[in-house]
Amino acid sequence: MSGTYLGLPAFPEAARTSTKDAQLRANLTHATHTIRAKRAGAVGELADWQGLRAAGAAIKDHTLRHLDTYLEQLEAAVTAAGGTVHWAVDAADANRIVTELVRATGETEVVKVKSMATQEIGLNDHLRVEGISAYETDLAELIVQLGDDRPSHILVPAIHKNRSQIRDIFRTAMGEWGRPAPDGLSDTPADLAEAARLHLREKFLRAKVGISGANFMVAETGTMVVVESEGNGRMCLTLPETLISVVGIEKVVPTFRDLEVFLQTLPRSSTAERMNPYTSMWTGTTDGDGPRTFHLVLLDNGRTDTLADTEGRPALRCIRCSACLNVCPVYERAGGHAYGSAYPGPIGAILTPQLRGTADALDASLPYASSLCGACYDVCPVAIDIPSILVHLRERVAQGGEVVTAGRRTTIKPAKGHAAERAAMRAALVTLDHPVAWRATQYLAARTRRLHPRRLPTPAGRAWTDRRDLPQVPAGSFRDWWREHEKERAGRTGAPARDTGEKGGAQ
Amino acid sequence: MTGSSSRTEVLRRIRAALGDRPEDVPVPRDYLQEHGDRTPQETADLLAEHLADYRAHVHRAAPADIAGTVARLLADHGSRTAVVPPGLPQEWLSQVAGVEVTTAGADITARELDAIDSVVTGCAVAIAETGTIVLDGSPDQGVRRITLVPDHHVCVVRAPEQVVAAVPQALPRLDPARPLTWISGPSATSDIELDRVEGVHGPRTLDVVLVSAAV
Ligand code: SF4
Repeated sequence: MSGTYLGLPAFPEAARTSTKDAQLRANLTHATHTIRAKRAGAVGELADWQGLRAAGAAIKDHTLRHLDTYLEQLEAAVTAAGGTVHWAVDAADANRIVTELVRATGETEVVKVKSMATQEIGLNDHLRVEGISAYETDLAELIVQLGDDRPSHILVPAIHKNRSQIRDIFRTAMGEWGRPAPDGLSDTPADLAEAARLHLREKFLRAKVGISGANFMVAETGTMVVVESEGNGRMCLTLPETLISVVGIEKVVPTFRDLEVFLQTLPRSSTAERMNPYTSMWTGTTDGDGPRTFHLVLLDNGRTDTLADTEGRPALRCIRCSACLNVCPVYERAGGHAYGSAYPGPIGAILTPQLRGTADALDASLPYASSLCGACYDVCPVAIDIPSILVHLRERVAQGGEVVTAGRRTTIKPAKGHAAERAAMRAALVTLDHPVAWRATQYLAARTRRLHPRRLPTPAGRAWTDRRDLPQVPAGSFRDWWREHEKERAGRTGAPARDTGEKGGAQ
Repeated sequence: MTGSSSRTEVLRRIRAALGDRPEDVPVPRDYLQEHGDRTPQETADLLAEHLADYRAHVHRAAPADIAGTVARLLADHGSRTAVVPPGLPQEWLSQVAGVEVTTAGADITARELDAIDSVVTGCAVAIAETGTIVLDGSPDQGVRRITLVPDHHVCVVRAPEQVVAAVPQALPRLDPARPLTWISGPSATSDIELDRVEGVHGPRTLDVVLVSAAV
C-alpha cells in the first residue's frame, strides 16, 4: 500500500514511462472512450445543460465569495444536529485529528469509502504507522489496495487494470487481508464483484469506525451528501458506531435546494448515468439509525492558498466528476500516475500546483501537462476554464511572482533557467507528436485565439486581460502559439525567446 | 495546531484570501424544473422505463393488487425470511405465506439482517427522469440498514402522489433533517473495464411495485 507520492519523477519522465506501457494505454483508451460517448448521451438528454452548468458555477463562486460565513453556518448546523466539527489547517493536522478520534474509540480497524481528500492527505499510510488498519471498500480502491498500487483515475481508480490482472490480484492478496478469493475464481466482472462482496461483507459487519469524504455539505442544514454506486458507501456511513468524514472546505454549498443542480450534473458528468445507484444524505446523528457519533473534519491543506489566487481560484469549484480526464488526450496517453497526486488529468494539472505550490519539479511541470485543446473546459459541469488557469500557472512557474503559501504571502522566483518549463515542453511533445493529440491541437487553434492575451501579463503573473476580446494571434498549433508568445514576451522584456523544444531536440 | 487555533487560522486565511473582495455572483435559476411536458400517467410510465433501464424490476399494480404482488415477488425470489419497517401497511403483507416476517425495531442489528432474505418498504418520493426512489426513514421505510443488508428489496411506490418528474421537484418534498437514501437501480459497479455489474454491496435485486389506479 503506497499512498504517498513523494519522490515520483516529474511529469515528463513519468509520462514517457507510462506511454510505453501498452497494456496501460489500451485499458485507458478503452475506458475513456467508452465513458466519453456515454457521457455525451446522458448530457444530451437535458436541454438546459448549459443553464445547469452556469448555475453550478455561480453557486460555487458565490459560496467561495462567502466561504467563511458558510463554513461557520455549516459548523453551527452540524453541531446542532449532534455532530462535532474539527478544523484542519493541513494534512498533518487532519491526520492527527483522525488518528486521535479513532484512538478514542479503542478500535484498530476502520472501513473507508473512497475519498479523494483522504487520499490527498495520505491518511491510510499515516494510520498504518499509528497501528490502525484502514480497509478501502470501493471495488476499485480494493483492487488498488490489494495490488499495492496507487489510483490512476478519480472515479475508476483501477482503470489501468484489466479483468485478468484484477483476478490475479484477488487470488494472491485477498487471503492476506481477510476472506480469501473463492476457489477457481474466474475473470468475469460479475464473479470478481461477487468475490469483493464476500470479502468485504465480514469487514462491514464487524466495523466500529467508518471514514468517508463527502461530495457536498449543506451550510443551512448541516447535511452531508455522499454519491456512490456500489453500496459500500452506505455500509460505511450507516453500520459503524462512529463516522468520521474528512471534507475539503470548498465542498460546502449554501442551501439544500442547491443540490438540485449538482445532483443533475454530477452523475451525468461522471458515470454518464441519469443518477448514480446510491446517494446518502445525513444530518448529524439520528437515534437508532446510523452512527451514534459523527465527526466532520474540515480540511484546508492549500485550499485557502488557492482561494487567494484570483486567477486560479475557480479550480475550487471542482466537483470531482472526472469528465475532464476522460476527454483529455494527454491523460489518455500518460495515464493517471504521471500526475503524481490524488488528482490526475486536467483538474490535477491545475489543482495540485495550487494546493502544493510549484517548488517541486513535478508540481512545476504539471501546468504543462496539457495541449490546451480545451476539451476539458467544454465538458466541465462547473465551467472551470482549465486552459486559462494552466496558462496562468505556466506564467507563475516561468516568471515567478506573488503567491500565498501556507497562508503567508510570499514572492516566488522564476523557475531556475526555466528548467521546469523546458522539461514541461518536452512533456507536451510526448503527446503532441502523436497523431490523435495532433488533431487536438487543430481544435486548439480556436482556443488559443480565445486564450491569447491582448495585453501580456506582467512579470508578477497578473491577469490575462479580458478573454472575450479577440486577440491577434493567428490560428495555429500550440508550438506556434508558444513561439509567438515568447517572441512577444522577448520584445517586451528584452529576454531572449525560448526554444519551444522542437521534436528531436526535446526527446 | 490545537483545535481552536486551527479553526481561527483557517478562517483567517479565508478572509485574507478574499481580500480582493471578489464581486458576488447571482445564481441564475433559469434551468428547467422538469424536462418535457407530461401527464401524471406519462410521468409514471417514464419512471417505470428509467427504473428498468438500470435493471430494477418494475411491477405495475392496482391498489387492490399490492398484497398479491408483494407475496408473489417474495415467493419468486425464494425468500424464507423478510424484514419490514414498523409502519408498513399490514394489508401489504396479507397474502404472504411461508415467509417468516420480522418487524424491525430500532435495535435490529446488521448481523441479524445479514441472515434475512428480503425487505419490503414504502418510499418517500420517486423521480421519473432519473429513475430514482428516495427513502427518508419514515415508519413505512424504517432505519437505513434494513434496506441495505438484505439482498432483495421490494419497494412500493404510489403513483401519482409519490412520483415527481425531476430532481428540482423532489427536494422540496424531503426533510434534510431525516437520513435520506436515494436509490437508482440496484447497487452496481463499473470498476472492471467499465462493464456495469449489478450488485456489489447493497441489495442485488430491486423490485419496485408501482401502484396506480390506471394500470
Ligand atoms: S474540473 Fe470540472 S470536469 Fe474536471 S473533475 Fe472537476 S468538475 Fe469535473
